[in-house]
Amino acid sequence: MADSRGGPLVLGIETSCDETGVGIVRGHTLLADAVASSVDEHARFGGVVPEVASRAHLEAMVPTIQRALKEAGVAASDLDGIAVTAGPGLAGALLVGVSAAKAYAYALGKPLYGVNHLASHICVDQLEHGPLPEPTMALLVSGGHSSLLLAPDITADVRPLGSTIDDAAGEAFDKVARVLNLGFPGGPVIDRYAREGDPEAIRFPRGLTGPRDAAYDFSFSGLKTAVARWIEAKRAAGEEVPVADVSASFQEAVVDVLTRKAVRACKDNGVDHLMIGGGVAANSRLRAMAERRCEDAGIRLRVPRPKLCTDNGAMVAALGAEMVARDRPASAWDLSADSSLPVTEPHVPDPHGHGHGHGHGGHDHDHFHELSKDNLYS
Amino acid sequence: MLLLALDTATPAVTAALHDGTRVLAAAGEVDARRHGELLLPAVDRVLAEAGRKLADVTGIVAGVGPGPYTGLRVGLVTATTFGAALDVPVHGLCSLDGLAYASGLTEPFVVATDARRKEVYWARYADARTRLTEPAVDRPADIAEQVAGVPAVGAGALLYDTVFTGVRRDGPAHQSAAALAELAAAKLAAGEELLPPRPLYLRRPDAQVPANYKVVTPK
Ligand SMILES: [Zn+2]
Repeated sequence: MADSRGGPLVLGIETSCDETGVGIVRGHTLLADAVASSVDEHARFGGVVPEVASRAHLEAMVPTIQRALKEAGVAASDLDGIAVTAGPGLAGALLVGVSAAKAYAYALGKPLYGVNHLASHICVDQLEHGPLPEPTMALLVSGGHSSLLLAPDITADVRPLGSTIDDAAGEAFDKVARVLNLGFPGGPVIDRYAREGDPEAIRFPRGLTGPRDAAYDFSFSGLKTAVARWIEAKRAAGEEVPVADVSASFQEAVVDVLTRKAVRACKDNGVDHLMIGGGVAANSRLRAMAERRCEDAGIRLRVPRPKLCTDNGAMVAALGAEMVARDRPASAWDLSADSSLPVTEPHVPDPHGHGHGHGHGGHDHDHFHELSKDNLYS
Repeated sequence: MLLLALDTATPAVTAALHDGTRVLAAAGEVDARRHGELLLPAVDRVLAEAGRKLADVTGIVAGVGPGPYTGLRVGLVTATTFGAALDVPVHGLCSLDGLAYASGLTEPFVVATDARRKEVYWARYADARTRLTEPAVDRPADIAEQVAGVPAVGAGALLYDTVFTGVRRDGPAHQSAAALAELAAAKLAAGEELLPPRPLYLRRPDAQVPANYKVVTPK
């Protein structure tokens, strides 16, 4: 029944960091993407403050749900399921979204799907470029994560190939921006300055690119320190710091390593599609270099529009819709927020459920009948 | 009328149903680390026990604290989301008032809960129904003179019984949504205003503005 209308209608809630996101999708079609960000409240701290984020999520939760429903022009009663980021992320922040999703699903008599934040970042591309190829190679880069993931089935099989051994790529942008006194967050402002600068001006180190280094792991801590030292030396010598050249050269070093390793992962694994997601995927130089290198290697590149790359509820809804479409089991009412949910778990099914066979369209959800025989609508 | 009451401001994760006359069902557990996991199953249990559906609920009451924030938010976001989904009003009540009401005391007393970090959340009452002071967060030693010998209830008073020397060991230690529901029903029947469902944090968020950028070059 869901498919005749273009796929399952799912509302997704995302609160793993500082964005309160609520998205609504029908299958692979984006209907609403409402986001309330507390980024301005964190700016003066130079980073996301967990308690500030959690407080903001509580305030924004219900208004953001209502805004998404209005934007999508659908009634809550028509939803086929509620999806929510169960992890990884900030524990207290996740808990606000998970609690809200449970309450909403329970009150509406809909199945609940606790899903993985990283898998959601990959799945969101279905809203932009249609069904994910199987397998998909994904490079996820943001302030919280930098990973190469191989996803044969985004709802059930996501394999980590490598990740950062120290700072996330976005974190390095934030830290370099701070050294340059450019404020927080650092990604967009460095991208802007870099456009005026020379990426070859300073040869900053490329971490973990030696012949004996882990092929798919990343390291940005040494780069960050090298940039800071270079700037300090300039300042100590009483010279002006060429912000545009530093930005461009730093960004070049990050982007060079990311794209080089991602293309290599595709080649090594015989994958002809590369998906790039996460907040850093909005970086213009990353997009340009990935396009060129993928074209040279005969790889098809898929990068969603910037608003879908940063944290949002639509990506959670997209993965939730895929869970419904593939009859994955729903989550239990005692679903927990798991700040370190492994990437190998795209969702958190009810451990006491029957494993599969939940239909979609709001009928016959086993976990429902176990827990609340009489408490459903209808 | 069918009120659903919830409170997660203390280690007690508690839910109750009240029909305007009496408590129909109550459920909960005391577990300071699992508010998120335990609340919805508790709601599910009280509905099942009373043979009612969530859709029958005409109003929601949530304890607004004060209480440790992570747990406190579970109850408030659950209550407000229920309210939005069911399109029913959501009321707030000071969580200490629930404990006070459950004490049934007719003389002046204090309620104290554990605020962690060696502090308590507390307030003074004239009787079980009448709070005299705004809820506060303090170190027990700093309020010792004010509370010495005064009858006291709540886990905070039990924990710091050398300060709360008048502690009533037979009084309620933990919050119960049943008491919260009874108090809310009484207040609503009396036409009293309840609070909006917004958290009483009492403390500013822990957030240090990072010190000026640290030099990494060795001197
Ligand atoms: Zn993210």
